[in-house]
Amino acid sequence: MTAAESYPDDLRYHSEHDWARVEGDEATLGITWFAADALGELVHFEPPEVGANVTKDQSYGEVESVKAVSDVIAPLSGEVVAVNGHVIDAPETVNDDPYGDGWLIRVLLSDPGEVAALLDADAYRQVLESQ
Amino acid sequence: MPMPETLLHTSLHDRHVALGARMVPFAGWEMPVQYAGVIAEHRAVRTDAGVFDVSHMGELEVEGPRARDLLRSALSNDVDRLSLAEAQYTLLTNEDGGIVDDLIVYRVGDCSYLLVVNAANREIDYAWLKEREIHGSDVRDVSDECALLAVQGPRAIERLGLPSAPPFTYAEAVLDGVEVMVNRTGYTGEDGCELLCMTEDAVQLWDAVLERGVVPCGLGARDTLRLEVCYPLHGNDIGPDTDAISAGLGWVCALDKEFEGVDVLRTVKAEGPERRLVAFVMEDKAIPRQGMPIEGGGEVTSGSHSPMLEVGIGLGYVPTAQASPGTELTIDVRGRPRRARVVKKPIYERED
Repeated sequence: MTAAESYPDDLRYHSEHDWARVEGDEATLGITWFAADALGELVHFEPPEVGANVTKDQSYGEVESVKAVSDVIAPLSGEVVAVNGHVIDAPETVNDDPYGDGWLIRVLLSDPGEVAALLDADAYRQVLESQ
Repeated sequence: MPMPETLLHTSLHDRHVALGARMVPFAGWEMPVQYAGVIAEHRAVRTDAGVFDVSHMGELEVEGPRARDLLRSALSNDVDRLSLAEAQYTLLTNEDGGIVDDLIVYRVGDCSYLLVVNAANREIDYAWLKEREIHGSDVRDVSDECALLAVQGPRAIERLGLPSAPPFTYAEAVLDGVEVMVNRTGYTGEDGCELLCMTEDAVQLWDAVLERGVVPCGLGARDTLRLEVCYPLHGNDIGPDTDAISAGLGWVCALDKEFEGVDVLRTVKAEGPERRLVAFVMEDKAIPRQGMPIEGGGEVTSGSHSPMLEVGIGLGYVPTAQASPGTELTIDVRGRPRRARVVKKPIYERED
């Protein structure tokens, strides 16, 4: 069941439609409802390898719907400590629950100071409105 | 071809928007790519019935005592085999044996034929035939007068309350008050029909079809449906630079008669094509896309995710040595080698 539009207040956002849930020196990353809706039902997630480094503002993976491919942009830099295997097996989970079971990767942050530059939910909604 | 500044709208445009369709540019038209979602629409057509607005497609009328002579020399298939009220899949070929367009020709009268052609090629086909018109034949573009709805799926005919009929035939009928030509043709591999009506009746017909419980479907599902059953898409899998034999369309080429490019096709057939259009299924998790290289000199011409098989599938040209079913292929998916296997066409077939 596709989720209704939402942008939870406890997350931080990147203008390329990615979110981060920061917990201590780790963060869980995913794509926003807007990104999932724009793509349509996801059918493939090409993940990075555990142990790889991801860099803020750069692509760390790809998500695909029937019609389109999209890079996934890292909102923060760090080392991949987990990849959501459930999304690899059932990519539509991202459409159903983009901020919960549809998370993509978990990273150990290399520069926690980067968090301050991310958007809060209100600022991200403004990015969407201006598009 | 210069890009038109404004996209054309079919007479059902407002209906699509009202249904919440996502509209995209396609061959100069603004068309619905999906309503609820490509996968749900795809499955509706495989299990029940779906309707596609394909009014952007072109309709050309060829009439006159010598209409058949014109079509005999322009089209690859044997138009002499068509009886009244029958239809035939055929190719418009160029002198190099290339495919100008693929189309369906209907015999609508003793001296009169209707050609349903790809939207992107409507003007090309019209000009092509007009240039070859002979005394006693007349070619007219009647696309603007016609709307076309494809109603496809195992329950399509039942939902429309129509009698069963053989494929590639047509009948005139009145459906919920609208005069229609019911063509037993389609692009999904399912039972069903294509309903041709006057443009001014299209909204009434569309509403009537939806009222009968048929699911509105967009061009996204149309593409995945045709790909699962390996129907080529002109502009992707076939075109003016590809020949019918290499594309596996030798069965629609009557090589014993004379038509444009037939000599080239006879040679390709006799010598065997250097490359062939094959169907493949991904063995690794990946979705092939048009333009991706296939190791050994091949290229993907169509690729997507199969909603029925839930794997990546595609069509592509490979050297003949790699074309047998069972052959393993390696596809370059944005720099990553991913394994696929050549399969017998169609990729998907319903288990009855």
